[in-house]
Amino acid sequence: MAILTRDEAKQIIDKALSLSKADDCVVNLSGSHGGNIRYARNTVSTSGTQEDLSLVITASYGKRTGTSTINELDDDSIGRAVRRAEELAKLSPENPEYMPPLGPQEYGESKTFFDSTANIDAELRAKVAENSIKPAAAKDVTAAGFLEHNAGFSAMGNSRGLFAYNTSTNVDFTVTMRTADGTGSGWATADQNDISKLDLAEASQVAIDKALLSRAARALEPGKYTVILEPAAAVGLLGPMLFNMDARSADEGRSFLSKQGGGNRLGEKIVDERVNVYSDPNHPIVPYSTWSGDGLPQKPISWVKNGAVENLFYSRYWAQEKGVEPVPFPGSVIMDGGDADLEALIKDTRRGILVTRTWYIRSVDPQTLLYTGLTRDGTFFIENGQLKYPVKNFRFNESPIIMLNNLEALGKQVRINGNLIPYLKIRDFTFTSLSDAV
Amino acid sequence: MLDPLMDVSRKKALADIGLNTAKMNGASYADVRIGRYLNQYVFTREDKVQNIVNTESFGVGIRVIANGTWGFAATSTVTEEGIKKATEQAVAIAKANSRINSDPVKLVPVQSHGEVSWKTPIETNAFEVPVSEKVDLMLSANAAAMEAGANFVNSALFLVNEQKYFASTEGSYIDQDIHRIWPTLGATAISNGKFKSRSALSAPMGMGYEYLIPSDSEKIKSPAGFNLYRNRYDWLEDARSAGAQAKEMLTAKSVEPGKYALVLEPNHLGLTIHESVGHPLELDRVLGYEANYAGTSFATLDKWKAGDFNYGNEKVNLFADKKQEHSLGAVGYDDEGVATKEWDLVKNGILVNYQAIRDQAHIINESESHGCCYSQSWQDVQFQRMPNVSLRPGTETYSAMDMVKDVEDGIYIAGRGSYSIDQQRYNFQFGGTVFYEIKNGEVTGMLNDVAYQSNTQEFWNSVSKICDQSDYRLFGSFFDGKGQPSQISSVSHGSSTTRFDNVNVINTGRNI
Repeated sequence: MAILTRDEAKQIIDKALSLSKADDCVVNLSGSHGGNIRYARNTVSTSGTQEDLSLVITASYGKRTGTSTINELDDDSIGRAVRRAEELAKLSPENPEYMPPLGPQEYGESKTFFDSTANIDAELRAKVAENSIKPAAAKDVTAAGFLEHNAGFSAMGNSRGLFAYNTSTNVDFTVTMRTADGTGSGWATADQNDISKLDLAEASQVAIDKALLSRAARALEPGKYTVILEPAAAVGLLGPMLFNMDARSADEGRSFLSKQGGGNRLGEKIVDERVNVYSDPNHPIVPYSTWSGDGLPQKPISWVKNGAVENLFYSRYWAQEKGVEPVPFPGSVIMDGGDADLEALIKDTRRGILVTRTWYIRSVDPQTLLYTGLTRDGTFFIENGQLKYPVKNFRFNESPIIMLNNLEALGKQVRINGNLIPYLKIRDFTFTSLSDAV
Repeated sequence: MLDPLMDVSRKKALADIGLNTAKMNGASYADVRIGRYLNQYVFTREDKVQNIVNTESFGVGIRVIANGTWGFAATSTVTEEGIKKATEQAVAIAKANSRINSDPVKLVPVQSHGEVSWKTPIETNAFEVPVSEKVDLMLSANAAAMEAGANFVNSALFLVNEQKYFASTEGSYIDQDIHRIWPTLGATAISNGKFKSRSALSAPMGMGYEYLIPSDSEKIKSPAGFNLYRNRYDWLEDARSAGAQAKEMLTAKSVEPGKYALVLEPNHLGLTIHESVGHPLELDRVLGYEANYAGTSFATLDKWKAGDFNYGNEKVNLFADKKQEHSLGAVGYDDEGVATKEWDLVKNGILVNYQAIRDQAHIINESESHGCCYSQSWQDVQFQRMPNVSLRPGTETYSAMDMVKDVEDGIYIAGRGSYSIDQQRYNFQFGGTVFYEIKNGEVTGMLNDVAYQSNTQEFWNSVSKICDQSDYRLFGSFFDGKGQPSQISSVSHGSSTTRFDNVNVINTGRNI
């Protein structure tokens, strides 16, 4: 019910636009239905379905704007939401940074919707949980996991004739396996737009193996170590770096990309020259919508090329101020990898630490992009090309910029949280203390 | 926007359709939550209003137990037909999952309340205050921060109103009207390629607009000279401090790493309590229900059963409640119809209890739920959430100044900063908003690059002095996350300024 067709969505948007008396009006309409199952202690805990719609009206009088959101689509409710946005706009002072809505745009087709995911039902969810719990119980391991799926649409229209529409599906699976004695823990994750591409049984098996391998971890002294970060561990530090690549913050002098004396570091080499990061809405493994939240077309774009900053995000206002094209925030990122699989990376490591995932990452200093966090669910010591033994978890204090300047090797890419991220081998990664957590 | 969309008698009639449908389909228990959730957000920077947003969400969530298994479904179609269909879905889900459920749900009894209501005791409904008044206050605060030395300033005001109707097969029909407010600000100063930011020392509160009316009697002077706030916030004054302190940070001394006495004020200590006491004592974490996301807990059942686990030293008394006046957690009844109360978690340093809801209480031999079940909206299933968790004030008469005067080598920390803790809540690292050096009983100047690392049990055993009741006030976490799918919850933590001895401080300065 909550997935409206292009025509149905357009009708509602047009209805809202026709009710608006403001100088300009932008309408965003989205809806989804989805379900989830959660299990722990080798049994199901909570499970449910939900469906919802959201209608967002932004009204403008000159440079005054107001926004209202509602989740009911009868005529009275739409009228109420339009009036509320208009009332807020009239009460708001002029915003000198106001940008009028875009006119009609051209968007490519996106390949983000799959019936296989939209049709997941309670029986399939229960089966997924069962297929994770059974092999765990057979090895005296306790499974805790979560499967969530959504199917939805988003549409946008405005008083200047722009209209955009997209549908998408997504399914996410995470699983944690803990040994019965509580001394071992393993974890795995998998996500796709199309559930038929997911091997959930394999993910559970990886987590079981890691749990069994990680029992009775030894304590190593904190300090600087060569690390192999699995893609799930690497994305925890790469994500914040990319999220902070905003041109305005850099130009204003409050970003790691601010230049001494003014301006930003666009074009400057900031990390190892083997680092290439880009986005592509049409990428077959990590596709995303071909339009952004403010209606700008999403196109393939490079962020870091050969270690240098190739592009920054520019809001429409800041792009106008600087006389450049606006650059919207992307739906996902891709980091180039290499040919080496995990086994090959381990084989080529004399002394190091393998990190399954990073956890509770928080900013410590935005100037240097310093972050703290911990390793979790599978941390192992490597010596002379072999996994030797599990080690206790570490707290790290590290900057992704320092990390990517200490790049030793790039491994194969894996889809993680909608992004495509390689294994990273890094030297001199900074662990500052030990944690007793398993 | 403020008029109720649906009167209580209509909600009761619709809820009864859900309850009856559930029973007819074989459910042994059901609850129906019809919710209308209103938010207003105002965002500004410097002299500009960036956006004013009002949101409204209305719908119904139905939770059932069938074959000893939970099922849940939610819909925005709040009609007889919509509720009937969602209830049938919830029962079908429960039955599908019961095949793999090896641990049937056991609920402790709950009192049947009949038809009751509860409302946050506010003086002024913030949603009724004209937007222009809010904008004027925020732009004045921004200007004050800029005049005092900031180059950039952002401010935001968040208002929340939850209009929740709960009905269950236990015979309760509960109508509640919950209000929360959070004014916040960030001032940034820039010089010679460096930038430093200082955020507001406000706290999100379970209050109306009255929180933004300053009162001298609700101000507390910090040992470093600036003002802190209890149940009334002075946005303009704090903005001036923020601008001046952001500028001062640019030239402040970088901390020498080592062991220090830390004097932590309540708007900082609240977050440490939240992470190192609130989360590890959630019984669902202890049992392993959160193992795949937030993690488990070092505070295992055997430690509680032993009756002598020193969570902290004898000065440490931590309690939970869902009733404290002005707190974010205060409600009359939780989201499974349990009347709220207060209980001890750590008494004279010993771990004595956890936070438990109806399907967990039997595990810790309790005959009733603690009343801390919550869902962020009608469309998410309710589960165990952290109540307010607070540190009782000291019994001896100490002011914040008394905390400092016999410290040889220490750091005074105010406000929340960077925070990170492991998945079993042993190892943590915290920053703060502002740091001041204490030398020989005097605050001598500002510090930069401070973070402290410790272990929960070691930290709470290092408490050496706690200020008395006169210094007690609330910190708040407006967007605490937990669960899968992740849900937010708002919770307060009360404390008085407290001193911790011999804590490890690291220097977080780097060059890139």
